[in-house]
Amino acid sequence: MTETMTNATPMIAFQDVQKYYGTYHALRGITAEIRAGEFFSLLGPSGCGKTTLLRTIAGFEEISSGAVMIDGRNMEGVAPNRRPTNMVFQSYAIFPHLTVGENVGFGLRKAGLAKPELAARVAAALEMVGLAGYGARAAHALSGGQRQRVALARALILKPKVLLLDEPLSALDKKLREQMQVELIRLQRQVGITFILVTHDQEEALVMSDRVAVMFEGSIAQLADPETLYRKPASRKVAEFIGTMNFLPATILSEQGGRVEAEAPGLGRLSLSPDQVSGAAAEGVSLGFRPETLTMLFEGQVAEGMAERESEGTVEEVVYFGDMTYYDVRLDGTEKAIRISMRNVFGRPVLEIGARTRVAWSPGAMVLFR
Amino acid sequence: MKGGWLKVYALAYLLFLYAPIIILPLFAFNDATIIAFPLTGFSTRWFTKMMEEPTLAIALKNSLFIAVTSSVCATVLGICAARASTRYRFPARGGLMGLIMLPLVLPDIMVAISLLVVLLGLGVHLSLWTVILGHVLVCTPFTIAILTSAFQTLDRSLEEAAYDLGETAASTFRLIILPLVMPGVISSLLIAFTISLDEFIIAFFLAGTEPTLPVYIFSQFRFPMAVPAIMALGTVLVCASVVLLAIAEYFRRRGIAKQGGKDTGGFL
Repeated sequence: MTETMTNATPMIAFQDVQKYYGTYHALRGITAEIRAGEFFSLLGPSGCGKTTLLRTIAGFEEISSGAVMIDGRNMEGVAPNRRPTNMVFQSYAIFPHLTVGENVGFGLRKAGLAKPELAARVAAALEMVGLAGYGARAAHALSGGQRQRVALARALILKPKVLLLDEPLSALDKKLREQMQVELIRLQRQVGITFILVTHDQEEALVMSDRVAVMFEGSIAQLADPETLYRKPASRKVAEFIGTMNFLPATILSEQGGRVEAEAPGLGRLSLSPDQVSGAAAEGVSLGFRPETLTMLFEGQVAEGMAERESEGTVEEVVYFGDMTYYDVRLDGTEKAIRISMRNVFGRPVLEIGARTRVAWSPGAMVLFR
Repeated sequence: MKGGWLKVYALAYLLFLYAPIIILPLFAFNDATIIAFPLTGFSTRWFTKMMEEPTLAIALKNSLFIAVTSSVCATVLGICAARASTRYRFPARGGLMGLIMLPLVLPDIMVAISLLVVLLGLGVHLSLWTVILGHVLVCTPFTIAILTSAFQTLDRSLEEAAYDLGETAASTFRLIILPLVMPGVISSLLIAFTISLDEFIIAFFLAGTEPTLPVYIFSQFRFPMAVPAIMALGTVLVCASVVLLAIAEYFRRRGIAKQGGKDTGGFL
């Protein structure tokens, strides 16, 4: 019993965390749990409170009310230097007047290690992040990617319970960013430490995380694994923030035992299971679906697999991406074009603006926002 | 010829700026009591005379003591004020900083007279320490201005990183902040030292019976016989200033190179 209890203790628990800056309400009652060993992301637009929330874990922000628990211990009044967390800063905060090795070993200064042991641990940390042999270099001579690695090694050398990452990849170019994403995932699996990442990049959050908390205006709008987040957003706002989603206005005809019968112009009547019905939408009832869940059929092609329904429409815009083509198609009987993405497989012609097309879709891929 | 007049102007400006200073060594090594052309011959006797002057030695010692003490005090106060104004928010911060910077534009003679009135009113005996008090007052705005810019360029997350890695506020200051603002601290010490060393008005009012170097020089100028020795003293002081500046610049550049920063400004 005790064993299960210990396992069930979340690494981080936010209990109704409120934060005010003067009259500005930055965090509005955050309640959430982050599991031990999890790669967790705080995702949201700038100003949503994600960095503030991260900094309440590190201890750099005092909360106005509520509680932040780390491994079952209330962190109230515990200074950052006494918390079992370490942070990788957005600017990396590499000490410019120290060498790479001195930077990495900085946190061990107080441990009172003998010189050879300290050197060995620094070397091991540098090797872990792929910077073996860089110890003697001046920190300011490093590239952006190398700085990031030094910051990681410096934080991980203390073996914290939680590693906090504040938009660590935002300063890197696209290619390096994608490479570092993969490396961070590998590193997290290797060390098994709970990683908490702050990002405004939805793709980054989806790629890297076990679970993601989407934040808007100081509140968590949805907390779920990436697939749930993508497939069934809790609200239209979340849906719009993560990837692209089409919305068509709909009307609810009837409800029975959670199943909803709805009708939408361009699509007709359709029946939705209870887990296809999502939270409140201020804009009224609408049907949402991702661009890749529709198929544009070419002349004589028959819909296969799960796409059992068909609608007709007119191509209004074509954006050619090489491997993909994005079409804006206005279904007959609708006012707004929807986005459809098609893979340019061999033999599929790229349609032109004004062309008529048949679109195959499945009610199972739709989410009703109400 | 394009820009020809600009070159003439630049040359004339430099001549105007440096000719009086070149006069100093010229007459310091001239073998005549009267400061006038033509030069009569090479001699180092004025330097010897300068060295043998006991009052001069005392004045120099006083001035160095005052300059070192006031520059250290003003820099320490400057560090505190710069840190507070860049790092913390408190009520009336803008107004308070404005008041601290005010002595920068106050006429020194007014500062000197009011200080004298207050000190005498309090029954304080005039000494080198009262001069130091006045000099700290006029130097501190300069040190604050220099140090504020040094503290402003400091990335706040460097501090937080050190704190996050287990250091206390005090050890973070010692290990991270101080080394990074060190070029600013050295500039501040240097500027305050220079200001204090050649400050005349406050020293004249507050020194009591102990002369500082500028006060001594001023008093000696009344005696024509003493003027060549003053020229020699001036030559030494100019050389010392150049050496001091070169040293400070060397440390500043080395500090920048060590941190990989870009060289913006500086003295040389």
